[in-house]
Amino acid sequence: MLTITRELHDQIVAHARQDHPDEACGVLAGPAGSDRPARFIAMTNAERSPTFYRFDSAEQFRVWTEMEDNDEEPVVIYHSHTATEAYPSRTDISYASEPQAHYVLVSTREPEVAEFRSYRIADGVVTEEPVTVVE
Amino acid sequence: MAIEVRIPTILRTYTDGAKQVEGTGSTLGELFTDLEQRHGGLQDRLVDGGALRRFVNVYLNDEDVRFLDGLATPVKDGDKVTVLPAVAGG
Repeated sequence: MLTITRELHDQIVAHARQDHPDEACGVLAGPAGSDRPARFIAMTNAERSPTFYRFDSAEQFRVWTEMEDNDEEPVVIYHSHTATEAYPSRTDISYASEPQAHYVLVSTREPEVAEFRSYRIADGVVTEEPVTVVE
Repeated sequence: MAIEVRIPTILRTYTDGAKQVEGTGSTLGELFTDLEQRHGGLQDRLVDGGALRRFVNVYLNDEDVRFLDGLATPVKDGDKVTVLPAVAGG
């Protein structure tokens, strides 16, 4: 289960809408071991593509080093799908490399509604999980 | 003194859970070959056909080695090498 504040949920959706039609991507950092997302970090999509995303490598190094210094970890890794459903693609599954993270997908294929779903991806297996938004 | 290598979570199965290991070598490629002696299987996760794997980021101190010399990048005692799997998808 992913428990997330309304504020962080809305920041992710806003970022996805803003970058549409390119895929948006980013991280929610939280205290190591807490499983609680606390800090929103939008990342640059170095691919700038409507169908692919990749964190810029230098930016990823800075953010990962900062999280380490703060005793944080990436609790959520999010990205958007701009024309397909908010479900992990085969590429998403094969590149998922943070086994403890919640993988959030947002779909911006509809202008009025943003689909927001969360998954665990480990060893090539995808498991959808419920999302609880707290105020 | 040796070269410190930071290992990401998914590769710690090769290091008995250690998040940092040490190695020697005068290039990054030699360093990975050295690590392979004690952490069998690790090199194949980093290197493919003589080049760094596409979706693995390796940093020498704070620079991505793709902007240096890839596996031929010179390394020396006291350097810190960090491995981070690329975060990507479609």
